[in-house]
Amino acid sequence: MSKMRYSRRSLLATGAAVAAASAFPAPMIWAQEIKNIKLRQVGTGVSNLNEVGQKVKEDLGFSLDMTALDSDAVTQRAATQPDSYDIADIEYWICKKVWPTGNLQAMDVSKIKNYDKIVGIFRDGKLTPDSKIAQGTAPNTVGFVEGPGSKKFAPEQTQWMTLVPTIYNADTLGIRPDLIGRPIDSWAELLNPEFKGKASILDISSIGIMDMAMVCEAMGKIKYGDKGNMTRAEIDQTIAIFTEAKKAGQFRAFWKSFDESVNLMASGEVVIQSMWSPAVTAVKSRGIPCVFQPLKEGYRAWGGGLGLSKSLKGMELDAAYEYINWYLSGWVGAFLMRQGYYSAVPETSKQFMDANEWGYWFEGKAATADIANPFGKVMAKAGELRDGGSFYERMGHVACWNSVMDENQYMVRKWNEFIAA
Amino acid sequence: MSSSPVSHTMSESAKGWLLASPLALVLGAFLVLPIGMIFVVSFWQATEFSIEPAFSWENYEFLLTSPVTWKVFLATFKYAFLTWVFTLLIGFTVAYYLAFHIRSAASQTALFLLCTIPFLTSNIIRMISWIPFLGRNGIANQALISLGVIDQPLEWLLYSDFAVVLAFVHINTLFMITPIFNTMTRIDHRLIEAARDQGASGWQILWSVIVPLSKPGIMIGSIFVVTLVMGDFITVRFMSGSQSANVGRLISNDIGLLQYPSASATSVVLLITVLMMIGIVLRFVNIRKEL
Repeated sequence: MSKMRYSRRSLLATGAAVAAASAFPAPMIWAQEIKNIKLRQVGTGVSNLNEVGQKVKEDLGFSLDMTALDSDAVTQRAATQPDSYDIADIEYWICKKVWPTGNLQAMDVSKIKNYDKIVGIFRDGKLTPDSKIAQGTAPNTVGFVEGPGSKKFAPEQTQWMTLVPTIYNADTLGIRPDLIGRPIDSWAELLNPEFKGKASILDISSIGIMDMAMVCEAMGKIKYGDKGNMTRAEIDQTIAIFTEAKKAGQFRAFWKSFDESVNLMASGEVVIQSMWSPAVTAVKSRGIPCVFQPLKEGYRAWGGGLGLSKSLKGMELDAAYEYINWYLSGWVGAFLMRQGYYSAVPETSKQFMDANEWGYWFEGKAATADIANPFGKVMAKAGELRDGGSFYERMGHVACWNSVMDENQYMVRKWNEFIAA
Repeated sequence: MSSSPVSHTMSESAKGWLLASPLALVLGAFLVLPIGMIFVVSFWQATEFSIEPAFSWENYEFLLTSPVTWKVFLATFKYAFLTWVFTLLIGFTVAYYLAFHIRSAASQTALFLLCTIPFLTSNIIRMISWIPFLGRNGIANQALISLGVIDQPLEWLLYSDFAVVLAFVHINTLFMITPIFNTMTRIDHRLIEAARDQGASGWQILWSVIVPLSKPGIMIGSIFVVTLVMGDFITVRFMSGSQSANVGRLISNDIGLLQYPSASATSVVLLITVLMMIGIVLRFVNIRKEL
C-alpha cells in the first residue's frame, strides 16, 4: 500500500490530476507505474477481442492479456486456479457454479461509476418496472452477495456485486426462410415432421437442454415448474421426447462449434436449428438468407460479466476497477452492439454510435443507410430491420436464462444417453 | 587370468542393460508412467470442478452397469469390424496387385508412393472433404440425380454410419496396404511356381500359398487399423454429425465436463479391451518370428 500513497501524493501535485481523481472514486494511479501493470483476463471467445485489449492500452495505459477458452475450461480455470487470472469474463450460470469456491471477490458498487445506469435486468432483475423475471439463472439472482467475504447470493441488490455485466443477448432458432417458405412462429416447429432430417440442435448439454425445454413446452407436452431447474422426472420426459424424435430421423446432425452450425445452415443440410446470433450473421454474409426467428414463446437469454480474482489487490485491484469503469463507459458497449449483442449500459454506448446504428441495433428502426459491423463488413442494407425488433421488444420477451441446475450431473448423464441413442 | 571370462560376460550384460536403458527410460517416462497415472486417477472421485484422490469403484460400477456404455462399446466394435473388413479386402487386393502384377521394382515403388499421396494432408482435412461431397446438395447426389439414377437426394450418404465407415476406410487403408505389401514382396516366387507345377489353380495358390505367407503383414495391418478405429473420436463426431457415439467420444465428453476420473476409467476399460483383442491376434501369428 505504500506505493499507493506515493502515487496518490504525486497525482495531487497537478491540477488536472485532481480533476481526474475526483471523477473516479478509486484513486488514480501514477502514469509511470501503470505501464507496468498487466491484467490477465480469461474468458470465452465472445468478448475476448483483441480490439478491446488494444483500446485498453490506448485509453488506460496498462496491458490486458486475454485468453479465450471454451466455457467448460473457463469454469474449471475460474474454480480451481484463482492465481492464474486477474479477471474472469464468465457467464452468469458459470458464476453460480464458481462463486461458492470463494475464488472471486465481490465488487463494491460504490466504486462503479455507471452503476445506476446499468440495465435493470442486472440489478433488480426487471427490464422495466412491470416486467416479470424469467426462469433459469437470471443474472440478478446471482449478481449480488451479502458482504465482501460472503459465499451466498443475496436475493436483492446489495453493495457487493459478483459480476459486473458486460454483454448479453436473446437467442432463438435460426431458419432458412427460402427453404421453408412459410412463417415460423413457435419453438414447437423444431420437432415438426415437416422438417424431418433437416433439423439440428446443439450438442452442449447445458444450453441444449434449455432449447429442448422451450420446444417441449411449446408443443404442450410438458409443463415445467422451472425450466432452469428441472426435476429428474422433467429431465427424463424432455430427453425421452427428443430421443423419440432422433430415432425417427428428425435431426440431420448436432453441432458443437460455431462454424459447424454455420456450415449446416449455409449448405442447406439443415433448415431449422438452435443458433447463436453471430452464426446467423455469418450465414447471411455469404449471401444466403437466414433469419434469427423471433418466436411467440420468447427467447432463451444469456449474459456475461467480469469477475475479479480473490488474489487481486493493491494497484492491480485499482486498475481492475478502472478497467471495469472504462468497460461500462461506452466504447466497448458500442463495439459489442455493432455485432448484435447488447451493452449493459446502453446510454453510454449511444454516444459512440451514430443515429442510424443506434436506431437499427437498439431501437429496432429501419436502417437509413448500410449498417457495418466493427470489422467493416456490411450487415444490413438501408431499409432493413433487425430480427426481433427493438431492445425492449427482444429482451422483454425472455422466457428463460441459460442456467445450471441442481440436477446438473444427472442431466449430463441423460444427455450422453440421448447422443448415444 | 582366470577371472577374465567372468568379468568379460559381466561387462557384456552391463553393456546390454546400458544399451536398453535409453529406450526403457523413454518408454517408462512417457508411456508406462502416464498409463499408471490414468489407472490411479480412474479410482478417484470428481465434483463439478475438482478431482479428489480416493479409492472408489464407483466410476467402474457406473460404467459397467450403464446400458449406454454397452451400446457405445458395441457401436465401437461395429465400426472397428466393418472398417477392418473393408480395409483388409482393399488393402490385400492393392498389395497383391503391386507385389505380383507389377514386374519392375521401380514401378512398384512409384505406384506405392502414389498410394501415400493422400497422406500429404492431415487426416482431418481428408475426412472433412467428404462432407461437401456427400451432402444433400453435394457432388455425389447431384451427379446421381443428373444421371437419372435417383430422383431424390440420398440422405444416408452423410451423417450416417455409412459416412463414418467410409471415412475410416479412406483414412486407414494405407496402414493395411503397407505391411501386407511388405510381406508379399518377400514371398519366394519359386514357391508359387512350385504350386503351379503341382497343378494348383490360381485360387488355390492364393488361398494356400500367398495368404498364409502374408499373414504377418495382415496381422500387423489389422492391429494398426483396429487400434486406430477403437481409439478414434473425431471421425465419428464429424461424419455422424454428432449423432452416433463411440468410446472415444464418451471419453472426450467426460473430459469436456471435467470428469477426469470417469474418463480415466473408460480409458482403462478401452485399453484392456484393445489389449485383449491384440492378444487374441498374436495367438494366431507369432509376429516376431515371422518378421
